[in-house]
Amino acid sequence: MDEAVGYAPRPGVRNGKVLVVGVGGLGCPAALALARAGVGTIGLIDPDVVELSNLQRQILYAVPDLGRPKVHAAREKLLRINPALSVMSHQERLGAENLSVLFQDYDFIIDGTDGIATKFLINDGAVLMRKPFSYAGAVQFQGQTLTVLPRISSCLRCWFPVPPAEDEVPTCQESGVIGSLVGSMGLIQATEAVKYLSGDGELLTDRLLTYDALTSRWREIRVRRSRQCPLCGESPTMANFHSVGRTQETVCSRGDAEM
Amino acid sequence: MGARVRIPTPLRRFTGGAEEVSADGVTIAAVVDNLEQRHPGLKERLCDEAGKVRRFVNIFVNGDDIRFLNNLETTIKDGDEVSIVPAIAGG
Repeated sequence: MDEAVGYAPRPGVRNGKVLVVGVGGLGCPAALALARAGVGTIGLIDPDVVELSNLQRQILYAVPDLGRPKVHAAREKLLRINPALSVMSHQERLGAENLSVLFQDYDFIIDGTDGIATKFLINDGAVLMRKPFSYAGAVQFQGQTLTVLPRISSCLRCWFPVPPAEDEVPTCQESGVIGSLVGSMGLIQATEAVKYLSGDGELLTDRLLTYDALTSRWREIRVRRSRQCPLCGESPTMANFHSVGRTQETVCSRGDAEM
Repeated sequence: MGARVRIPTPLRRFTGGAEEVSADGVTIAAVVDNLEQRHPGLKERLCDEAGKVRRFVNIFVNGDDIRFLNNLETTIKDGDEVSIVPAIAGG
């Protein structure tokens, strides 16, 4: 058996450090897969406690975990799978003020958050700190994911120079999502992290992978690095990361929740 | 001239659940107007009051972002595939 897919993790994976931001629908399956792949250090960031409405998709938690901080419940489950892991839990919300400290020790970041503002904060922080990361989003029956190698491949701002406002883009908690769909996206994110650490294959860069669960179709859309990107373009205008503001525009989310 | 337009799942309630619909037009702007005639309500989801593509929506022609082509004036040939790709935040 190829050692890349055998029982023992390769040194790059065993010595690798991956940070999972948001231990929810994406982050739970991602963290589980990282633990079973033998990624030596896994960081978990999430300010929330486990709620009943999470159990439909957040596969690290069960009824006895209700009310517990997610990062504590998740750490316990991961260590049960592999006690040799080092699992760091950070029960806090990622913000512009704590991002540098939280990101600095990790090789790869997995964006498992449920909100557009935090996704752009992760993008901006990761690009400026040159940390590769995996973006994913899923809502209702649609998922999408992209891996970003800062200043080598396109980032979210190459694609959306001005991020949408928080209330323009529906979240899972508001609009619902098929639990197994968001799980599929989280597992792809973990695969990207493991590939990055082991150096195997070709990463999901400059290609947005979309999954339409209603028709069971996976598609790829080319996303190019933009010379005009405010973050990683030729004349960047962003030297710092900051929180993304809100506007009154609402379109995509309006009335879609009952689908 | 007809394009095949791929509709993301959150907007399929405007297309009677169809994943792919046809629309006529020689530019993206014309295709969007034709989509609105055939599926009322769709244009408002794609464009703002000034007619510009909303900032959480990207439109691709045969896999290329129209921002790197000619935006709404990007020309469309018969059979081109137009994909509407919204920003997705959930997780």
